[in-house]
Amino acid sequence: MSGKVTISLAVNGETIEALVAPRTTLADFLRQDIQLTGTHTGCEMGVCGACLVLLDDRPVHACLMFAVQADGCAVETVEGLTHRRAIDDLQKAFHERNALQCGFCTAGMLVSAYGVLASGDELDRDSIRDALSGNYCRCTGYESIVDAIETTARLRRQHMEKEEA
Amino acid sequence: MNAFAGSIDRPNSYIGRSVSRPNAKRLLEGRGRYVTDLVLPRMLHAAFVRSPYAHGKIVSIDIEEAKALSGVRAVFTGEDLASICAPWTGTLEHFTNMKSPPQVPLPLEKVMWSGQPVVLIIADSRAVAEDAAELVIVDIEELPALADPVDAMSAAAMSKELADNICFATKLDSGGVEEAFDAADTAVEQSFIFGRHTAVTLEPRAIVADYDPSENRLTAHHATQTPYQFQDVYSRHYGIPEANVRVIAPDIGGSFGMKLHVYHEEMAVVGASILLGRPIKYVADRMESFVSDIHARDHRVTGRLALDRDGRITAMDVDDVTAIGAFSSYPRTSAVEGNQVIRLMGAPYDFSSYRANLSVVFQNKVQTSQYRAVGHPIACAVTECLVDAAARELSLDPFEIRERNLIPDSSYPRTSPTGYQFEKLSHQVCLARLKSMMNYDALRVEQAGLREKGILRGIGIALFVEITNPSPAFYGVGGARISAQDGAILKLTPSGEVHCSISVTEQGQGTETIIGQIVADQLGIDREKVRVMTGDTDTTPHGGATWACRGAGIGGETALQAARKLKANLLAVAGLILQAQPGELDIRADWIVETVTGQQRISLAEVARVAFFRSDTLPPETQAQLSVVHHYAPQGYPFAFTNGAQSCLVEVDAETGFVKILKHWVVEDCGRIINPLLVDEQVRGGVVQGLGAAFFEECLYNEEGQLTNGSLADYLVPMACEMPDIEISHVETPTRDTELGAKGCGEAGTAAASAAAMNAVNDALVGHGAVLTQIPMTPTRILKALGTI
Ligand code: FES
Ligand code: FES
Repeated sequence: MSGKVTISLAVNGETIEALVAPRTTLADFLRQDIQLTGTHTGCEMGVCGACLVLLDDRPVHACLMFAVQADGCAVETVEGLTHRRAIDDLQKAFHERNALQCGFCTAGMLVSAYGVLASGDELDRDSIRDALSGNYCRCTGYESIVDAIETTARLRRQHMEKEEA
Repeated sequence: MNAFAGSIDRPNSYIGRSVSRPNAKRLLEGRGRYVTDLVLPRMLHAAFVRSPYAHGKIVSIDIEEAKALSGVRAVFTGEDLASICAPWTGTLEHFTNMKSPPQVPLPLEKVMWSGQPVVLIIADSRAVAEDAAELVIVDIEELPALADPVDAMSAAAMSKELADNICFATKLDSGGVEEAFDAADTAVEQSFIFGRHTAVTLEPRAIVADYDPSENRLTAHHATQTPYQFQDVYSRHYGIPEANVRVIAPDIGGSFGMKLHVYHEEMAVVGASILLGRPIKYVADRMESFVSDIHARDHRVTGRLALDRDGRITAMDVDDVTAIGAFSSYPRTSAVEGNQVIRLMGAPYDFSSYRANLSVVFQNKVQTSQYRAVGHPIACAVTECLVDAAARELSLDPFEIRERNLIPDSSYPRTSPTGYQFEKLSHQVCLARLKSMMNYDALRVEQAGLREKGILRGIGIALFVEITNPSPAFYGVGGARISAQDGAILKLTPSGEVHCSISVTEQGQGTETIIGQIVADQLGIDREKVRVMTGDTDTTPHGGATWACRGAGIGGETALQAARKLKANLLAVAGLILQAQPGELDIRADWIVETVTGQQRISLAEVARVAFFRSDTLPPETQAQLSVVHHYAPQGYPFAFTNGAQSCLVEVDAETGFVKILKHWVVEDCGRIINPLLVDEQVRGGVVQGLGAAFFEECLYNEEGQLTNGSLADYLVPMACEMPDIEISHVETPTRDTELGAKGCGEAGTAAASAAAMNAVNDALVGHGAVLTQIPMTPTRILKALGTI
């Protein structure tokens, strides 16, 4: 097979130097090469959202990118978001609302939710449903996920209003 | 009989409470452990070469180039595996004259569907295995494909072992049907087509088979609902003693029935691990899932209802032709769905003349088999659409015609004309609840107002009956080695906590949570002190696991009885320590208390400490029993039937054929509810799968038997933006067959959602001369029904 390429990137705040085959996707690199199995793959064609990660703080499909394309970038996965406690409130809302069953879609859902919550847009149920239009979940029927994101958005807004007051 | 005191105010009264799932935290942090994630030392990877034809004769297979590729460790074809694997046949003895050709991991002479695995490549990585798969040359002489089920019924047999393409045929006839139709004031008839769809679990099928020749020991890390069934299958078909086969089902990314069938790929991978003595991993990619996971449904049904002038149903007559692919699946077969279709028809209604004809037919497509709500959506849709058709004919409101025909809640126990025994159902209460909950009359007023503006809204309702808590009448009597009983081991730890290992399994629905609730509730201890583990044949007792809505009802009762047994043991030890009568003691909030006064006497932790470490201080001859094993098999009724009612509100755009689902309501009665939060989410998830079938999901085939939409970009699944909010209400009619009183709820949502959706669309189209009797109701089909295209 074609020769491997050296890449250097930040994953969850740690610098990683690695040799990867040019055809290795970012998803396979994260899951197999560096064992960050919190990111999943469900379609490997950009449809299901199970593989969403943050690339320079924006959600991207790790199945649609080659690892070499992430050279020099900052990648963050559910493990990293958890570790730096960036989504504590979101995870708590998901947990209390039972917004997951098998959990296979969950990392992707959290990354999407992180993105839409960070956008600062006003969120209602319809806009949350739209924001999740690239996240497939077979188990929940989505309503609990919408509820959990809505709750988090509301609590964050209340928190901000309190800070401002 | 359940004189069950589920008082919610008692300390540790967890039964009936919405509590969140302890094991979900791991999944939320990306710490799940799915088979897909697993890596073992010296592990190799599998990829398959698949048949490009739906039907053909294998002329030759050239594997030389593939074998020579660097990193390829082995290439296996049919003979290699057939020589070590006993063939399997998907029949059940209680389905008289059922037949199916024997199956082997990889085909020897013929390919029977497009996508059938033919050659197995084992390599250092999946990528190399896939590269090698490209180098295999399989020469197949294409044969005509039987894609259409009706054609297949009369065509020459496609399997040399069989005389024709009929897998199973049966008739039910309670008598009086012809007479009832002759005497009827009104009769309605409709013909339905229910498309093939498939489970599309987000995690595809996955297995890591790890055979250790030194001990003749197989460990299969297998993403399945039913580890015990696979322990049995691997043991018997590969000739390994059962106790040497361990199946571990860790976190599973969805199953819904799909992951409990025997697949050729998994069998081949186990065989390869045995031949190579190394762990081998196989994870289906999405394209492979579409052509090799079981599909579901695929029915053509003609149904008729006879009614008298008061709109009372007097008879029902149905004919179901269902196509199941080239083989009946194993070990649960592909005939159970059809059997349930014809037996659940008309189930909510009070009539006695029923006749049904079922034909289960082979064709050159991938197998169909049990998927969530097996048979229910078909029976429900046919029944409920016919009832609505009759209502339209008689100018009766859909609620009114149902009220006239329901089996009265006061008339149980009952036996249906199809032979099902109903202990107690609550149709009347559910229907009334549904009507008030959805504010039906106001919706009708709103609908009429919008209609004047040209906006077509439709309201559809559907009642359902669901089969849960199956006894051995389901599979055991048919000779299948599938357990109807479950087992639990409860162990006290020296710190006074409890470890429970149980044979029902978890796929995210909350099995471990409800078992923990029941154990903690019954023992009188904090829920956080109960650790539940599932999904490992070495560490849990053999049991049925999770299918057909049995986890809560049968697994829950197992846990309840086990906990009571352990509690009795603990009170006996405490009585010795305290020199008190065990009968006067109780456990509350982790303390041994006096039952009457509630006074705390000694902590459970202290009892455990003494029993484990200072048995010398107990009276001589005392042998404290600090662990218990308990098994429970359902007795009494063969099944615990549940029931409920659903309604769907839609808006149809007659110009484009697009349907917007505005709202969905469910009233359901699953008996004793252990955790309302989890029940509601099971119901919602189920409804969305039913709505997917109603509007989007279909495996499309061309005449050559090729699947033409086998990717997640082409096969439509329901997404967040298309799905409505779903309002749920409960009626609780516990079964008296158990102390717990719980029945199943996992399939209720799926059972009636498609039917409610069909009735809603047809209600919206009233006056437009269009009636849809085929799902999915795609925009094209709606426009065709409207005559627009
Ligand atoms: S795996 Fe990337 S979108 Fe599905
Ligand atoms: S929780 Fe299973 S796919 Fe979303």
